Amino acid sequence: MTVATGRALRNRRSIPWAAVPCRPIAAFRSGVIDAVGAGARLVSLFGLADGDRETRLVAVLADDARGELDATSARVEERYPALTPECPQAHVFEREVAEQCAVTPEGHPWLKPLRRHPPDHLPSGRSVPPVDREDYPFFRIDGDELHEVGVGPVHAGIIEPGHFRFHAHGERVLFLEIVLGYQHRGVERLLETLTPVRAMLVAESIAGDTVIGHAEAWCGALEALGRVHKSPRAQAVRAAALELERLAAHIGDLGAMAGDIAYAPAAATFGRLRGDCLNLLLTLSGNRYGRGLVRPGGVAFDVTAEMAAAMVDVLTRVAAEFARAADDCFSAESVQARYEGVGVVPSDVCRDLGLVGAAARACGFARDVRSDHPWGAFRYAHIPIATAAAGDVAARAVLRRLEVERSLEFLIEQIRALPRGVARADAGGPLAPEELAVALVEGWRGEIAHVVLTDERGAIRRAKIKDPSFHNWSALAAAMPGNTISDFPLCNKSFNLSYAGHDL
Amino acid sequence: MLKMLRDRWLGGTRTLRFPNGPAEFPERFRGRPTLDRSRCGDDCRDCAARMPSTMLRLGPHGPALDLGAALFSPDEAAACPHGAIAYTRDHRMATGSRGGLVTPTGEVELARALEGRARRLFGRSLKLRSVVAGSCGGCEAELVALGNVVFDLARFGIQFVASPRHADGIIVTGTVNPNMRLALEKTYEAVPDPRLVIAVGACAIGGGPFADSPESAGGVPDGIPVDLWVPGCPPHPLTVLDGLLRLLGRIETGTRGPRARAGE
Ligand code: SF4
Repeated sequence: MTVATGRALRNRRSIPWAAVPCRPIAAFRSGVIDAVGAGARLVSLFGLADGDRETRLVAVLADDARGELDATSARVEERYPALTPECPQAHVFEREVAEQCAVTPEGHPWLKPLRRHPPDHLPSGRSVPPVDREDYPFFRIDGDELHEVGVGPVHAGIIEPGHFRFHAHGERVLFLEIVLGYQHRGVERLLETLTPVRAMLVAESIAGDTVIGHAEAWCGALEALGRVHKSPRAQAVRAAALELERLAAHIGDLGAMAGDIAYAPAAATFGRLRGDCLNLLLTLSGNRYGRGLVRPGGVAFDVTAEMAAAMVDVLTRVAAEFARAADDCFSAESVQARYEGVGVVPSDVCRDLGLVGAAARACGFARDVRSDHPWGAFRYAHIPIATAAAGDVAARAVLRRLEVERSLEFLIEQIRALPRGVARADAGGPLAPEELAVALVEGWRGEIAHVVLTDERGAIRRAKIKDPSFHNWSALAAAMPGNTISDFPLCNKSFNLSYAGHDL
Repeated sequence: MLKMLRDRWLGGTRTLRFPNGPAEFPERFRGRPTLDRSRCGDDCRDCAARMPSTMLRLGPHGPALDLGAALFSPDEAAACPHGAIAYTRDHRMATGSRGGLVTPTGEVELARALEGRARRLFGRSLKLRSVVAGSCGGCEAELVALGNVVFDLARFGIQFVASPRHADGIIVTGTVNPNMRLALEKTYEAVPDPRLVIAVGACAIGGGPFADSPESAGGVPDGIPVDLWVPGCPPHPLTVLDGLLRLLGRIETGTRGPRARAGE
């Protein structure tokens, strides 16, 4: 991939907005399609109002092998030829652009609302007819012996809202349509308009189980724009918090999966160990999800010496208990029988859709921001990346177990040897005007991407947020056909995607 | 199998002794906030402007805290340069009215037990349906945590059920957005009378961090009367549990917080 911008764009480096080429749409289109064809990944594709009639399309691409990013753009009016037919990775992004900016990607194979809201990034001189939020073009299959099963948005348990529509033949699923947007809160507009201190709390509320991940990405982008340098200590504490979040989520999900197949001992133990990890975040930050910890310039709370010693003790105990419970769980034949061969994501689907995180690694793709685009403490301390090949529930479960073990090792090592330095550097200065920054984080679900563009006064002009769920919801839909409806909860838990993170 | 049983045996009981034992929190835990007016300067307006939330209210009788708007962020306390705002380690703060969350000192009158028929009906068995209406997922995570072996909500006869028809009430989380408004109203209507409504988290109480978004209705709308307000972002599971047990009359004597001085 050629770096079109001259000055290399990397994770957490900003470049002048003027350095992002604005190309004719045909050249933009073929540039993105060719790059993705040659192995690049579409990290972000979004629109922003440019003048009173036009929308600027911006694509951010990642070359994972070289650790480089690239940005390119094009100006369009009300329509443009869609990228999706030749670049399926763009499919959800283009639905999003269509909804946010009222621009039609012509030739998109399945253009339907993404979150069901009126456009909130419309050029000032354009107006569009009001949006009917209830009007949704559901997929249909006709046939005498087929039936539809609809679930949600209010669910049987304590689950975020979403609507799932199964087309089934008997118990066998032919097709699953996932309708989201029920958690839409207008996050991007808030980040673009609120004062910095309020926006920070919104960034922490993009996905409530990924507080650290999104706060880290948000601060990463602002720090790049503000030329703020964090101390090694602040970087290490942030990395530790991110891994604590990963531990809590992976262990909790392993418990929830065990609960779904009625393997109660693992469900109980993992559920409790998850709480131990959350309580470490509570000790550190005053909140079980780490709210209030990550702030521009570093961290708002430092790790004291006693705290570090106590954390190492707890983590050592968690590691031992986890190992015992995981051994039991994964060697039980009844567990293996329920996990194996269920919810398979074929590896070509994974490649075409650009899946991220453990879901991609379970299909054999060694994709991980921590090693591909390392930042902060991850530049010095490497976490070995594991992959599995089968792409099924078992592969995702085994992979998460491995990641728990490796995160625990990393964490204990980091906390034992925290570098010196101030917890938080001054970050009150202005942001560089007219620059674009990209911050990537490997959250526990996969790649989080925050792209922030400033205007001529250094205020935030566009904040583009991507939670890994944005890519991976399509994986869940792709994994279901051929399985039974009753396998859905298990399959769903093995991904445990965020509704809030997707819906923004 | 034998190994599993051995581990179970060695594991012992992991459930908290709460409410019969103490609820313990680490030093940095941000529980109920307090306002010490004696430390206030003349610049409350500046503090309010620096606040990441609308927790600091400026009225004709001086500043007050709105626990329903609080986001329990260290930035809220930091907004006052005189240190007049602080967080205590007290997890108890659920009230029976929205107005009860507004306090000149931070002290609130905690929720009172249901009376009469409602107490007879729900006191020993309460079935709730969860409705999530534009949240970040954080509040739900804590409601789920209430079901684990540590908090073990079921030991109090409280359960989350799969249908509003089986429920005695709903527990609402989220800022209430247009995409969930109808589903919230329908779920509420589907619960047979008499029914309870519990608003959990800053979002459901007043919109939370999303209050300024055109996609937020600012929490549970007026047409759905709320019986229990549980502040937090998200509330600690014990804050929710404390509120529920007070409502059911299972925590009462000696533990009720001091009354907020009226008229201040
Ligand atoms: S109150 Fe806070 S934790 Fe709860 S849903 Fe709202 S933002 Fe999330």
